[in-house]
Amino acid sequence: MVKAEAVSKSFGSNEVLKSISLEVQRGEVLCLVGPSGSGKSTFLRCINHLETISAGRLWVDGELVGYRQQGDKIYELHPKEAAKQRRDIGMVFQRFNLFPHMTALENVMVAPMLLGKGGKAQLKTKAMELLARVGLADRHDYYPAHLSGGQQQRVAIARALAMEPKLMLFDEPTSALDPELVGEVLDVMKGLAESGMTMIVVTHEMGFAREVADTLVFMDGGVVVESGDPAEVLANPQRERTKAFLSKVL
Amino acid sequence: MSELTPGAVGGSAEGRDASRPQSHAEPEAIEAIRLRHPWRAVFAVVLLAIVALFIYDAAFNRPVYSWNVVAQYLFDVRMLSGIGYTLQLTVYSMAIAIVLGVSVAVMRLSPNPVFRSVAWVYLWIFRGTPVYVQLVFWGLVPVIYKTIDLGIPFTEAVVTLTTKDFLSYFLLAIIGLALNEAAYMAEIVRAGLLSVDKGQEEAATALGLGWWHSMSRVVLPQAMRVIIPPTGNEVISMLKTTSLVVAVPFTLDLYARSRDIAAVNYKPVPMLIVASIWYLLVTSILMVGQYYLERHFAKGVGARPDATKVSLETGTVRVPRSAASAQAKGNPPSGPSPEGGDAS
Repeated sequence: MVKAEAVSKSFGSNEVLKSISLEVQRGEVLCLVGPSGSGKSTFLRCINHLETISAGRLWVDGELVGYRQQGDKIYELHPKEAAKQRRDIGMVFQRFNLFPHMTALENVMVAPMLLGKGGKAQLKTKAMELLARVGLADRHDYYPAHLSGGQQQRVAIARALAMEPKLMLFDEPTSALDPELVGEVLDVMKGLAESGMTMIVVTHEMGFAREVADTLVFMDGGVVVESGDPAEVLANPQRERTKAFLSKVL
Repeated sequence: MSELTPGAVGGSAEGRDASRPQSHAEPEAIEAIRLRHPWRAVFAVVLLAIVALFIYDAAFNRPVYSWNVVAQYLFDVRMLSGIGYTLQLTVYSMAIAIVLGVSVAVMRLSPNPVFRSVAWVYLWIFRGTPVYVQLVFWGLVPVIYKTIDLGIPFTEAVVTLTTKDFLSYFLLAIIGLALNEAAYMAEIVRAGLLSVDKGQEEAATALGLGWWHSMSRVVLPQAMRVIIPPTGNEVISMLKTTSLVVAVPFTLDLYARSRDIAAVNYKPVPMLIVASIWYLLVTSILMVGQYYLERHFAKGVGARPDATKVSLETGTVRVPRSAASAQAKGNPPSGPSPEGGDAS
């Protein structure tokens, strides 16, 4: 589903990603962990082309992200084509980024509506189903400011699902939440993983990673330090850097 | 505060305890003698006296004010039609300026470098020259460009339009005012667009929405709250700027009409007073309108009282107006206030 080959990214002279290579199969859940500034969020944002990679190749579902290759020439995509690519990739942000001037229902409906994905009544029914799926059917007419952080993040997940993505990206989805609200969001994500969604999750929730992830990737300083089965990596880390990090967060 | 309570209960007057036996836990309400500000009263009296003297003087000692002439011309038909034209100039030019201003602001923030340059040059010219000078220029357009030839350059024109036929001075005045105002509106709109959290555009982009959709459906609607109040100011300012259209020259607006009449009756001062009274009246009405408009757009911004948890998101995106101003006024935060109070 996602294939990265020696992906690198620099902001000016600051090299944030150094030759990242990894692969995610369809239906797989991959958790990215690591200290802040390790480049895991940047890598996630490269996957849906919110950031442009400087070197290497990145494919989603067999398509090059942000570029088109003809022969050995690489062409930049038109913003419209890039937008089309993004529609297949859902993203959930650390700070939810719900649209504050729209109700929960409108937040979920707005993108499919603007992109002509169906009639209003049909989209509304679908949006209500999605809100029910994240347990918020009764809050459909609430504005984001009137919802708790956990509820907002669940609406944000429903909003991303409304585009029927093949892949879901989560950028520290629980880091801005009160501890007691983390569980409800993780439950929704767990359900999503069980339904067979391909997911890449940047997180600090090691419990979630152990329980749900198929692969755990530990990043530091822009490189993949260690990866493998989550239970294995968490219980028996091979590298010193991984050990040091895990001893602080577990 | 907490030190006061045991003292009040244990040591102070028995009589109070007897009369209010239930009030053990409650601290006594402070009934302090209010701080007096005698100089304020003195100042106010002096000011009132000066104003009264000025009014008395204006009413009885200054024949140049000719109050009877003011009364005579206040509801003169020519003045009333002047107000009509002034209002039309304001409304039309402001409407064009808002539409154009939004376009220029959006262009300035667009990823397209051609749009950005066009917007910058527009601002540079129309904000960089006085509106009076611009109005004179617009008045000269029919002289400089007597005809407009449509067709392929350096060949015979296909269509020739005589500028004077379709550009009246009224229209030129509106164009002049609107294009100048649009430059200022563009900056107001731009400030509004920049006030919207970056994450909003990012979320729209991540959903696969294009730049236009994310601008028109996500960013602009949120920017309105910031854009509306200064736009109200601009409307009031525009009403007064219309008095410059005499530069075009368009001579049917309120100020031009009052000058016309003064030129005939040799009473310039009372005519100025008549014009001022009307300008003041209309701006006052606009101010009332602005108050309600601002109140309307501030509504629904605050969190509902029972939504107790202020999350990062709601805290940054939706700061209630009242809370923000309370903090600005320096209300002490909920930190260690007792210590602070003791120290001062």
